[in-house]
Amino acid sequence: MTTFTDPPAESFKLSMLVYDTRYRSITFQILALVAVLLLFGWLTMNTAQNLNDLGKEPSFGFLGESAGYDINQRLIDYSSQSTHLRAAFVGLLNTLLVAAMGCATATVIGVIVGVLRLSGNWLVARLMTVYVEIFRNVPVLMWIVLCMAILIEAMPAPSAFRGDNPDATMKLFDTIAITNRGVYIPEPLFSRSLGNLHIGTAFDISINLLAILFVLGVSLWIARDITRRANAKQEATGLRPRTWHTRLAVIVLPTAILLAFLGFHLGYPELKGFNFAGGTYMRNSLIALWLALSLYTAAFIAEIVRAGILAISTGQTEAAAALGLRGNRIMSLVVLPQAMRVIIPPLISQYLNLTKNSSLAIAVGYMDITGTLMGITLNQTGRELETVLLGMLVYLTISLIISGVMNWYNNRVKLVER
Amino acid sequence: MSDTAFDTTPVIAPSALKVSDEVAIEISNMNKWYGSFHVLRDIDLTVHRGERIVIAGPSGSGKSTMIRCINRLEEHQSGKIIVDGTELTSDLKNIDKIRSEVGMCFQHFNLFPHLTILENCTLAPIWVRKTPKKEAVETAMHFLEKVKIPDQANKYPGQLSGGQQQRVAIARSLCMKPRIMLFDEPTSALDPEMIKEVLDTMIELAQEGMTMICVTHEMGFARQVANRVIFMDQGQIVEQNEPEEFFNNPRSERTKLFLSQILGH
Ligand SMILES: Nc1ncnc2c1ncn2[C@@H]1O[C@H](COP(=O)(O)OP(=O)(O)OP(=O)(O)O)[C@@H](O)[C@H]1O
Ligand SMILES: [Mg+2]
Repeated sequence: MTTFTDPPAESFKLSMLVYDTRYRSITFQILALVAVLLLFGWLTMNTAQNLNDLGKEPSFGFLGESAGYDINQRLIDYSSQSTHLRAAFVGLLNTLLVAAMGCATATVIGVIVGVLRLSGNWLVARLMTVYVEIFRNVPVLMWIVLCMAILIEAMPAPSAFRGDNPDATMKLFDTIAITNRGVYIPEPLFSRSLGNLHIGTAFDISINLLAILFVLGVSLWIARDITRRANAKQEATGLRPRTWHTRLAVIVLPTAILLAFLGFHLGYPELKGFNFAGGTYMRNSLIALWLALSLYTAAFIAEIVRAGILAISTGQTEAAAALGLRGNRIMSLVVLPQAMRVIIPPLISQYLNLTKNSSLAIAVGYMDITGTLMGITLNQTGRELETVLLGMLVYLTISLIISGVMNWYNNRVKLVER
Repeated sequence: MSDTAFDTTPVIAPSALKVSDEVAIEISNMNKWYGSFHVLRDIDLTVHRGERIVIAGPSGSGKSTMIRCINRLEEHQSGKIIVDGTELTSDLKNIDKIRSEVGMCFQHFNLFPHLTILENCTLAPIWVRKTPKKEAVETAMHFLEKVKIPDQANKYPGQLSGGQQQRVAIARSLCMKPRIMLFDEPTSALDPEMIKEVLDTMIELAQEGMTMICVTHEMGFARQVANRVIFMDQGQIVEQNEPEEFFNNPRSERTKLFLSQILGH
């Protein structure tokens, strides 16, 4: 008969801290942590000492003071009497705006270019190669300035739209005006508006927007339920019911009804005197920055997508084809789910790069967080350390949120290996 | 190469297996080029239902290319290929029809690594044959039992050994209920002890009367189950014969040379 006992306890020796795999990593992590803490402590002490010598007490009180400068491109109410904090918030929203717009368009362009670069059509593939090589091999700052220059130089002035026989006309059935000052697009207006929700004294949120988002959310949830039911039906009978029209109706109709109820209409830009009035005004700086960041980052994303698809061996496509699957199903069921795992980690880096590169906004005068907090506010208050620390904190937070979300998605689709 | 797995006398005599008069595959006067390189030259081959054909030949002789033409993984440029009465043209309908009747196993298994073993086996039945999932799962489990790995159904391919993966690949093809199976060197990426388990599965298939075309260097397998061995060299079918005749009295010099190399004497 055998009895099971614990293996004899080894006596602990100091050398095990370095040579035993169980302790080794912990030992080195503790050493590294101590080193980092010492370094930080020294830096902080040193800085505090130096600031003290200069007679500057570190303080964030300036954030509550009136900013005294204007911001021309803004998503929320702001005037020169507003505080530095609100100016920074306007800048933050501008950063988020251009980053979100940039990531979305860069992804769309990048995926299209990446797939087309693998196309059998020689000309198309070559054109895409040229695009990628041109855009990724010139610093993004130059693309931003170039886009701005083109918008200013090549677009007509608002005065060119005047007269009976104007030099320039509005695009898309007279709804969009592209001028050298910026682009005017129709703005959403509500004739039976629900007004604004006041949060504290500083922030207002449109109840219309909240209502629309709520209805849209519920619709999407129902649409997902329909998809789930279609899946269940396919599992039970093998036949997949056509659901796209019901899904489309479920998503579109409630929102459309709500919009009608709110008296939704578009306010078109109109030429009044020497300039356009009405509509939403997107400054050249925003458009130039958005275009340049999208086109530049898209070149990198295209390469990532291409590499992702190429990383899936032709054996996978062949095996799927041999089983009788058609091209689009092979793509969606076999190749893309695998390619995503290769694509996502470098894609996160590109989103982060784009967000950080958006701080070059200052080159064309787009007021992002760098332009407000670390630009004018810094110059006016002389609080270098505080503003830079705040700015870094903001970018760090945005970046960590982006990578957190993307990593969560990536973990969900990870391959199981043994 | 390895002749080890089949040193013993055959369990079944090849002639004991029934071959019908019905034609399963007819290839006539088929040619294929890669650019200016003439890979396949005037291939003529008729396969009857229930035949087990082994294709041998030196590396680069066009064996893979030929069987890949049968389910249009490669396109032939002249001549005719008729599978189960359907001619292979660029017509997608014909290609779909033929692919759903012809199963194929590859040297590197090519299982889908992001799907479980069970999902690998049900993917095509569900999306191509429109089988209800419940039924597809039942069929898949039936074939997984047949290849003796039902207990791995919920694992991922990366968690299985090579031999197990190849048996899953065979089960995956069988789930489409093919009438013809193509094998392209199914055992040459495997260790000797795994070769046997895969070959056993293939022998069982042969005994059930499956029409099989098999590119392999396993001459023991050829002796045991093939009713015809085809020797290819430089894109041509040089010689074909019953296994006994083929191994004992090869007619062409090239066959003799090849056999002496592969059998190691
Ligand atoms: N896509 C391709 N483009 C150009 N040449 C090719 C291509 N695929 C195969 N070939 C060539 O065609 C010839 C036949 O290849 P094939 O793969 O059919 O040989 P094989 O008999 O299967 O060899 P092996 O035993 O090594 O698998 C080889 O000379 C190979 O180099
Ligand atoms: Mg081959």
